[in-house]
Amino acid sequence: MEQSAVKGQKTNSKSAFMKPHIREEWVGRVYTFVCILVLIATILAIVYFVASKGLSTFITNGVNIGDLLTGLKWDPEGEPAVFGALPFIFGSFSTSLLAALIAAPLGCCAAIFMTQIMPGAGRRFMQPVIELLAGIPSVVYGFVGLSVIVPMLRAIFPGQGIGILAGSLVLAVMILPTITSIATDALAALPGGLKEGSFALGATRWQTIYRIVLPTTLPALLTGVVLGMARAFGEALAVQMVIGNAPHIPRSLFESASTLTSAITLSMGNTISGTAHNNALWSLALILLTMTFIFVFIVRVLERRNHR
Amino acid sequence: MKKMVLVVMALVLTIGLAACGSKNTTNNAANNGANQEAGTNNGTTGGAEGGGEELSGSILAVGSTALQPLVDQVSKKFMETNSGVTIQVQGGGSGTGLTQVAGGQAQIGNSDIFAEEKFKDAEADLAKDLVDHQVAVVGMATVVNKEVGVDNLTKQQLVDIFTGKVTNWKDVGGSDEKITIINRPASSGTRKTFETYALGTKTEDLQGSIQEDSSGTVKKLVGETPGAIGYLAFSYLDDTVKAVKYDGVEASEATVVDGTYPVWAYEHMYTKGEPDAATKAFLDYMLTDEVQNGDVTELGYIPVNKMTVTRAVDGTVTKK
Repeated sequence: MEQSAVKGQKTNSKSAFMKPHIREEWVGRVYTFVCILVLIATILAIVYFVASKGLSTFITNGVNIGDLLTGLKWDPEGEPAVFGALPFIFGSFSTSLLAALIAAPLGCCAAIFMTQIMPGAGRRFMQPVIELLAGIPSVVYGFVGLSVIVPMLRAIFPGQGIGILAGSLVLAVMILPTITSIATDALAALPGGLKEGSFALGATRWQTIYRIVLPTTLPALLTGVVLGMARAFGEALAVQMVIGNAPHIPRSLFESASTLTSAITLSMGNTISGTAHNNALWSLALILLTMTFIFVFIVRVLERRNHR
Repeated sequence: MKKMVLVVMALVLTIGLAACGSKNTTNNAANNGANQEAGTNNGTTGGAEGGGEELSGSILAVGSTALQPLVDQVSKKFMETNSGVTIQVQGGGSGTGLTQVAGGQAQIGNSDIFAEEKFKDAEADLAKDLVDHQVAVVGMATVVNKEVGVDNLTKQQLVDIFTGKVTNWKDVGGSDEKITIINRPASSGTRKTFETYALGTKTEDLQGSIQEDSSGTVKKLVGETPGAIGYLAFSYLDDTVKAVKYDGVEASEATVVDGTYPVWAYEHMYTKGEPDAATKAFLDYMLTDEVQNGDVTELGYIPVNKMTVTRAVDGTVTKK
């Protein structure tokens, strides 16, 4: 009897200590903390891995960092091996910029149509269709590009059809959903009062859109475009199939060129890890990673402007 | 109701797009399917001779994508008769295969070229531990677009084309059409084979030349691009492209076997040191007549035991 009473007291005090809501609090806190730790560890591990491999080109293989960034000749298997990555950097920038130039007006206009001109059906029906584009594997884009876009460009323009323009067109379709959905969300989140005020002053719908709606949401629209560019910058397979992969700065939009990603995917499997060629590919990856950080930074700056 | 319409639309779109994407693979899949059937038939007969001792273990074979279909198909047959053994076959390229087998991560490293050609200078020691098992021979043909009007190229003409000295087909006896080179990446084993045995010299990537990694893409581009030239393994040849003669010798299995056509390479399966029992049994099985005359020929490779010539690491060819 006595014993059980003591026992009862004990469990009582224990349950007081571990009341359900406190326990939940702790479980939640520990769980989220573990998740964020795993994430941080993964990111740090990737950055460390890419940086250590990428920097060994300069440390162990004695390649000058300036030569790598500005060199025009890429001959990794030659004697002596020459690593000049400027053609790849040029290719990456020109394809993703051109893709953004093509996709940004399309995506933003589609978003305006879906939110301002035909808000009901437009958004319910069009947005899922455009977002469907994001779910298509990149090899399908590459193959469609190779079978449709390249022969078309070859027929219309002089040259091989393959090249920066073909790559940009494929990329433009790939980044369209990113730009469109971010623009749609931004436009839909616009306070209704702004538009109504504009209408009340006698402005037409079109005047309202380009005098009020667009200027207010511009930072958010740009965020979408930059995120789209970041995606275009990192896309490998689809571009590799249609760009031609010659390590030279092309003389026209229809001549074989190369991007950072296509150079990496093309040779990574064929080179022995630890060799100068392989390390140089990791240096290209490091450049890509740095560029992605810069893109993320730009997005942060734009977002801050958006909130002000 | 509206939701239903949406779902149906989405389905139609996905299926339509998926069909576009898989157009080029259906052929392959059908072929593989046929091979698979033949494979199982052979497998049951092979079981009787193989079944003596119980083998067990797991084998990881990594490397060359050119050799992957063969190893993959043969490994399935081998696992049917030796249920204790699991074999995993992965691609990744010759470089990956050699690195992993030398590092001990994989039991077998598949490669298109000799390990000694890949491991050079500082890494030369790594090649010493590796034991070479040559399981098949791959012949490579120079292919051109059908419209160029050339059916024979000499070694010198090929060198001139691939080094950029000749840029128009009319200079090598063809039609007036600009030459477009469809090359492989500088690190590729296929390109190394072509440069060593067809050109005899290393080439640089020229401005305007196209580099593609996969044989399927090379074939498609050579077939479609006016004035294109490239090179393909025999198994990829069909009527969309035209295989040209090399110094007057036709590119065919017969000319490779008798040693008159020089552009061919061994397919290697490397092990680190002597292989364990299961790996050895698998490699021996690769060399049996059943596999060599069955799967190897089916998939477009040339059986290694048919060759009347052998080639050493340094490239010297001797009659058997």
